[in-house]
Amino acid sequence: MTGDTGRTLSRQTAIVGIGATEFSKESGRSELQLSVEAARAALADCGLTPADVDGLTTFTMDTSSEIALARELGIPELRFFSRINYGGGAACATVQQAAMAVATGVADVVVCYRGFNERSGSRFGQFSVAAATQVNTNGLDNAWTYPMGLGTPAATVAMQARRYLHEYGATSEDFGRVAVADRRHAATNPNAFFYGKPITLEDHQASRMIAEPLHLLDCCQESDGAVALVVTSADRARDLPHPPAYVVAAAQGSGRDQFVMTSYYRDDIGIPEMGVVGRELWRQSGLGPDDMAMGVLYDHFTPYVLMQLEELGFCGPGEAKDFIADGAIEIGGRLPLNTHGGQLGEAYIHGMNGIAEGVRQVRGTSVNQVPDVQHLVVTAGTGVPTSGLVLGR
Amino acid sequence: MSHPTSATAEPLVDPAVHEQVMAEAERIKALGEASERLARDPVNQPTISNWLEAMGNDNPRFRQGEAPPSMVQVWTMYGLGGKAPADDPLHAMMNVLTDTGFTAVLGTNCEQSYERYLRVGEQLRVTTALDSVVGPKKTAMGVGYFVTSRSTWYVDHEDGSAEQVASMLFRVLKFVPTRAVQPPVDPPEASVADAADGPDASRFVLRPMKNRDTEFFWEGTAAGELRVQRCNACGVLRHPPGPACPSCGALDRGHVAASGRGTVFSYVVHRHPPVPGRELPILLVLVDLDEGVRMVGELVDTEPTEVEIGMPVQVDFRRVDDDLTLPVWRRTGPAEGSRA
Repeated sequence: MTGDTGRTLSRQTAIVGIGATEFSKESGRSELQLSVEAARAALADCGLTPADVDGLTTFTMDTSSEIALARELGIPELRFFSRINYGGGAACATVQQAAMAVATGVADVVVCYRGFNERSGSRFGQFSVAAATQVNTNGLDNAWTYPMGLGTPAATVAMQARRYLHEYGATSEDFGRVAVADRRHAATNPNAFFYGKPITLEDHQASRMIAEPLHLLDCCQESDGAVALVVTSADRARDLPHPPAYVVAAAQGSGRDQFVMTSYYRDDIGIPEMGVVGRELWRQSGLGPDDMAMGVLYDHFTPYVLMQLEELGFCGPGEAKDFIADGAIEIGGRLPLNTHGGQLGEAYIHGMNGIAEGVRQVRGTSVNQVPDVQHLVVTAGTGVPTSGLVLGR
Repeated sequence: MSHPTSATAEPLVDPAVHEQVMAEAERIKALGEASERLARDPVNQPTISNWLEAMGNDNPRFRQGEAPPSMVQVWTMYGLGGKAPADDPLHAMMNVLTDTGFTAVLGTNCEQSYERYLRVGEQLRVTTALDSVVGPKKTAMGVGYFVTSRSTWYVDHEDGSAEQVASMLFRVLKFVPTRAVQPPVDPPEASVADAADGPDASRFVLRPMKNRDTEFFWEGTAAGELRVQRCNACGVLRHPPGPACPSCGALDRGHVAASGRGTVFSYVVHRHPPVPGRELPILLVLVDLDEGVRMVGELVDTEPTEVEIGMPVQVDFRRVDDDLTLPVWRRTGPAEGSRA
């Protein structure tokens, strides 16, 4: 489980550019165009051009291939291209892929991208017949749930959430505090879909039931938009306009008896795959939870934020409800989370917008800036094989 | 969340197509009650008894010469291999829509009204009329038309009078699918013939992906058996199944028939969004089987407020058709130590 001490990915690369489209419910343009716009913005942000790019990474789920994006951007040649599976679990792994390629000299400048019309086009929140009819082992895995009627993301999460409440005596209000924090942060972020629209715990409790025990406000939005990130070497990063957000650690994780959203057959039906990610992040970085000034924890569904705090070691099993009490995860609290508003408040761009927020926090340019950020943790999709990053100055 | 549409927005359906659909609808509606058929057999106790058993109904009233009103459709089912008559208005309308590109079908609702209890020996007659065609409508499934048919059941008396004993409004959405990958959709013929299984029986059926590693499970449910993979080398039980034993690595495997008893480990009350072909809410349980493996299934005949972790359940089997039988679960008592 441990690597050679002399070989490390830590601090060899940095995220130097971030770019995004507006976040909406109906972009009015193709998914490829969204990614083109985000990639151009990210390159402009760091003063590089498509001619500097020689690598592209994205999600297996993305509908725009690397070569299609390269054509539209006018990238002359690609030396590295890669995709990561398992939905939102890919987010931080796209940066890990880029970092590994750059650190090993396989590529010099890699753009990580994700763009979709996830509200006006194919909606992820719906019952996905396509997921159940894939001709591969994921389709076979889904045969044990979808035909029975369990086939929306919210419902699959609700199965874990119900058990979590039962095991630890947490309540729906504990989930609600995550939504309240996210929406508070989104309320002051002009780029957030829910800019100027904070919610109260009472709003959360009054929102309709989607998949008990999950209320509507436990579930993230569906969004149209794209985000792109530019990764290059630490050396080159120092010559670029913004302070580099160094990739201090980058990890993937899959747990024992792992499934996609339905890891129901192991003793603990929580998210131990995030524990795998956490242990590797702390190993690579030589840091620990106490060193994190803040976090961007993937929040497509609120219960997973509690579970992540536990898996990453911010608190013990079942202690997250106490950890997040009294505004601890809001700006000014002891561990601010999702200062952009998260996916519940800003937009659901499969976690890529959260990485961009991590970069802004390291640069000191977030609209909800946390003072003196040396290091922070960012995570990717939960309930699935996933990934994480520690970013730092 | 709604998308504003201006007055000049593109119509949902080509006006010429819409005109054709509505003209056909008027023509078929004008046929009135058509597709007249007599029940294959008079109301009879053996069929009532089979139905009661299938439904888990043990009301003694229906052992004494009366039939449950809700089985009215049973009496006039087409039977295996039966076909709708050529003049059937519902099928005629479905064909019109299929031919104009509205290829997919989804049962939306079904309302039955009963005038009285039927008695053993009574001979039923049924007619079907096209009640309405409404659309085009933009739905989450796609743009389409809601087609409602009305079936009416009569008992004819010796004096020549026809007594209406029950009626049914049956509504389906015929639509152009919006998704690139479409669910397998049962043909409307099967839908109507199966309608006695419930109001949503015209639904499409989501079929499980199977391969040679997993088909024994589905063969088991079809045979009324809940099968769990067992390693022939070390005896470890496993669900979901797979080709290599996670315990000893052996590729030699068989299965055992589980007792079908278990307890609820966790559960979900699914209320939104819609699940194609299903009525909401759906209760879904993650069951700890007595044999030590876990399985997901629907909990039937239980109210959302009644389900709780630790509640004992027993498997049952819901036959969908020749190709699919789903395991479902029924509660057998309150949770251990619960208030109930």
